[in-house]
Amino acid sequence: MNLEQLQQKLLAAARANPSSERVPYAFEKRILARLLESPSFDFSALWAQALWRAAAPCVALALLLSAWSLIGTGTNVATDNEELSRDFEQTMLAAVDETEEVW
Amino acid sequence: MERTEAELIAAVLTGDSASFEPLVHKYSPRVFATARRYARRESEVEDIVQEVWLKSFHKLKSFRGDAPFEHWLMRLAVRTCYDFLRGHQRNREASFSDLSEPENEWLERFAAQPESASERADAAKQLIERILEQMSPPARLVITLLEIEDRSVKEISELTGWSVPLVKVRAFRARAEMRKILARLAREKYL
Repeated sequence: MNLEQLQQKLLAAARANPSSERVPYAFEKRILARLLESPSFDFSALWAQALWRAAAPCVALALLLSAWSLIGTGTNVATDNEELSRDFEQTMLAAVDETEEVW
Repeated sequence: MERTEAELIAAVLTGDSASFEPLVHKYSPRVFATARRYARRESEVEDIVQEVWLKSFHKLKSFRGDAPFEHWLMRLAVRTCYDFLRGHQRNREASFSDLSEPENEWLERFAAQPESASERADAAKQLIERILEQMSPPARLVITLLEIEDRSVKEISELTGWSVPLVKVRAFRARAEMRKILARLAREKYL
């Protein structure tokens, strides 16, 4: 069987039989009724819109929190380091201190 | 006085939904014909057309008016049909053992004497529908638009949103895919 010829023949058959343009009775009324019963409520569009609107405040908040945490952590680090060194020194010299007190 | 399309669209955009009805009435035949190329059951065809109209109503704001409304609508229709095909990939790789008697006869006539098998026969139409149903969604879409509706590569690119080279590649692959299905049909029937 010549497949190329069969392909051309079947495609010609499809071209020779255009699909019907028949529209069911009162189809446009049905569409309009559907549109009116859900007046342009598109949940995904509303959700996307809300997300876009929330994006700018979220970025601003994130930047603010980052700056605050950096500045805050900066001072805390210094304080923590001082406290740590003091505690370390006290612990290391605790025995010496006790000896001094005894004598 | 009958309002123009631009006036109807402007009215819909200002909230007058009833102005959408004349547009649905005018273009539904074309949308139905397009949907019937991709769906066989009438309930599926109606679902596709309904989806096209609901989408077009909700996306009407994006219609800029620099091209005819019909072009914009047909783009939406073709893309909705493609989504339908991707969502309903049934009967793929099906066997040809359940061909009807007229289909078998048409094939036998073609095998014996190709010229005597008429392309106007219902059996030929049913056969091509069976073959198209077994093709992948992009292959079926591109074969329908290019070979059956006789559209140019550029037109297909605009309708589908695919680039021109992609349409060409998909058309090449679609022809090969169709040939493969026909080879399977020939093997099952005549070996």
